Amino acid sequence: MAFVPKPDELARIGHKPPRTGWMDTPVDFRRGTWCYAAKPKNLQALELPNPREWSPERADWKLPANWQEIILEGLRERLQRFRSLQIFMDICVRCGACADKCHYFIGSGDPKNMPVLRAELLRSVYRKNFTTAGKILGKMVGARDLSEDVLKEWFYYFFQCSECRRCSVFCPYGIDTAEITMIARELLNLVGCNIDWVAAPVANCFRTGNHLGLQPHAIKDMIEFAVEDIEKITGVKVEPTFNRKGAEILFVTPSGDLFADPGTYTLMGYLMLFHELGLDYTWSTYASDGGNFGLFTSHEMMKRLNAKIYAEARRLGVKWILGGECGHMWRVINQYMDTLNGPADFLEEPVSPITGTRFEHARTTKMVHITEFTADLIEQNKLNLAPERNEHCRVTFHDSCNPSRSMGLLEEPRYILKKVCRHFYEMPENTIREQTFCCGSGGGLNADENMEMRLRGGLPRANAVRYVHEKHGVNTLACICAIDRAALPPLMDYWVPGVEVSGVHELVGNALVMKGEKKRTSDLRGRPLPDPHTAFGGAIEE
Amino acid sequence: MSGMEFKGLTIDVDEDGFIQDPSLWNKEVAEFFGKTEGIEELTEEHWKVINYLRDYYLEFGIAPMIRKLCKETGYDLKKIYQLFPSGPAKGACKLAGLPKPTGCV
Repeated sequence: MAFVPKPDELARIGHKPPRTGWMDTPVDFRRGTWCYAAKPKNLQALELPNPREWSPERADWKLPANWQEIILEGLRERLQRFRSLQIFMDICVRCGACADKCHYFIGSGDPKNMPVLRAELLRSVYRKNFTTAGKILGKMVGARDLSEDVLKEWFYYFFQCSECRRCSVFCPYGIDTAEITMIARELLNLVGCNIDWVAAPVANCFRTGNHLGLQPHAIKDMIEFAVEDIEKITGVKVEPTFNRKGAEILFVTPSGDLFADPGTYTLMGYLMLFHELGLDYTWSTYASDGGNFGLFTSHEMMKRLNAKIYAEARRLGVKWILGGECGHMWRVINQYMDTLNGPADFLEEPVSPITGTRFEHARTTKMVHITEFTADLIEQNKLNLAPERNEHCRVTFHDSCNPSRSMGLLEEPRYILKKVCRHFYEMPENTIREQTFCCGSGGGLNADENMEMRLRGGLPRANAVRYVHEKHGVNTLACICAIDRAALPPLMDYWVPGVEVSGVHELVGNALVMKGEKKRTSDLRGRPLPDPHTAFGGAIEE
Repeated sequence: MSGMEFKGLTIDVDEDGFIQDPSLWNKEVAEFFGKTEGIEELTEEHWKVINYLRDYYLEFGIAPMIRKLCKETGYDLKKIYQLFPSGPAKGACKLAGLPKPTGCV
């Protein structure tokens, strides 16, 4: 792992542009700011082109001889296939509204991280090859040839965009800059230039159904570990089922929740909630990841990985699908699934078996977000909650980029948090809801070797957390995404020590009063529950 | 990928020094990786962790959850950091010849 500077050093960000023009400033592959190249075995597993050992920091990228032809043909095909791309290439007026909205630009000061300029890296090649003005006037109209240096620049900056879409919120034309990054990454993949942090999970997911490459018995072992912990803390033995045909609901969540802390505590929350409801649901060891790093590779790969969820729903004969606290899964489900693999007509329009609420908005995808499901339960008084058991948590909510901007899921997590916790504080309004700042590690960029760039990109989010930490004593950053749960803890340790990261359903699990439970003495992390008479907020009736 | 010279053999490791082919692991390799991590001598306590990781990996194809590692070895996280200064994932798993986990982790 690359050396990471101290926070006070990293916080000194120069926003002064380089002396040379952007076309004449070559990319510098400084360690700590890029991810390792995809390993040949992972590209081979996916039948992706040009598998080889290579490194971005070496001069020779071992590209195929006709790489320019491949990329330009790839761009031509995509301009025809995606009307949106053609529009995004032509319509930008360089108004600059997006320029300072990117967390990577704010945290790095590198002008090529301004969304307008990031897109220009591709647009310049588009102009040169696909517009008359560009062909004739060249650089004068911002057109340039596709050289190897340009390709290297693409790799560096399109894997320095987390596809979070914050910039798109501010674009008066509604240009979806994430889709420009998606296309650029597709083109890079045509000549074998992916990062391993994306290619490895995709290869694993294709082989086993999840990013970590968990086999069925490993999944079972991990969930059973959570079952033991729940019994120790609550005295209640929950009994999850696996691959059960005829279950009413298939539950799909990120595999990170099974494996890595603090996601494992969120997993405990899910298990406890479903047990308490007596929900007729099943886990699948095949549809065993909501996450889909195919989204960060190509449309085809996204489709391939998404298909397993619906294939499994069909095989098991469930009525509908409940999705866990995953981020980018919801972008795939809400914005692409219908035309990739849908509509899922063989499933039923989701209805909560507990409240009878019909989730009409999910009538084509048949997939409901767990915070919608739980918020409905609370709203209809179906849960017995003891929020005082989260008395030690002073909570703020990080809107995970994709649920907020790709599905408008803004109120449900907040509604739940306010019911299961008694101390909830919002971060400043230009850092939450649809204006939320990325964790700095989305888009498949949460690799260790990219830590400096992750900490830079996460600075705006961390800054907002620091504000509520100092003003209100916030010590818990809640979120609904497994990349967040992996990325935010090191971000907090670095910029705002003393703030823990938690899934929403971990806090639900703490507060949920279960039938037949013993008196709880600790929260799901094993931390002793605070004395209700001395904790924040004074005396509490228990 | 690069090769590390070790007792006349070349062990292929990734950019962070993790073994590429876990089936080539043996006790000498663990000792060698220990040296690269600044651990001069592997004690019984180190081996308890390494052997547990190795056995779990062979059975399940992945590293155990960190909490499970702590529970099964009886060592808390602090103790594991004392034994393996780079921590359970980057230190102990490397010595035990496990590949790096990827994804939302």
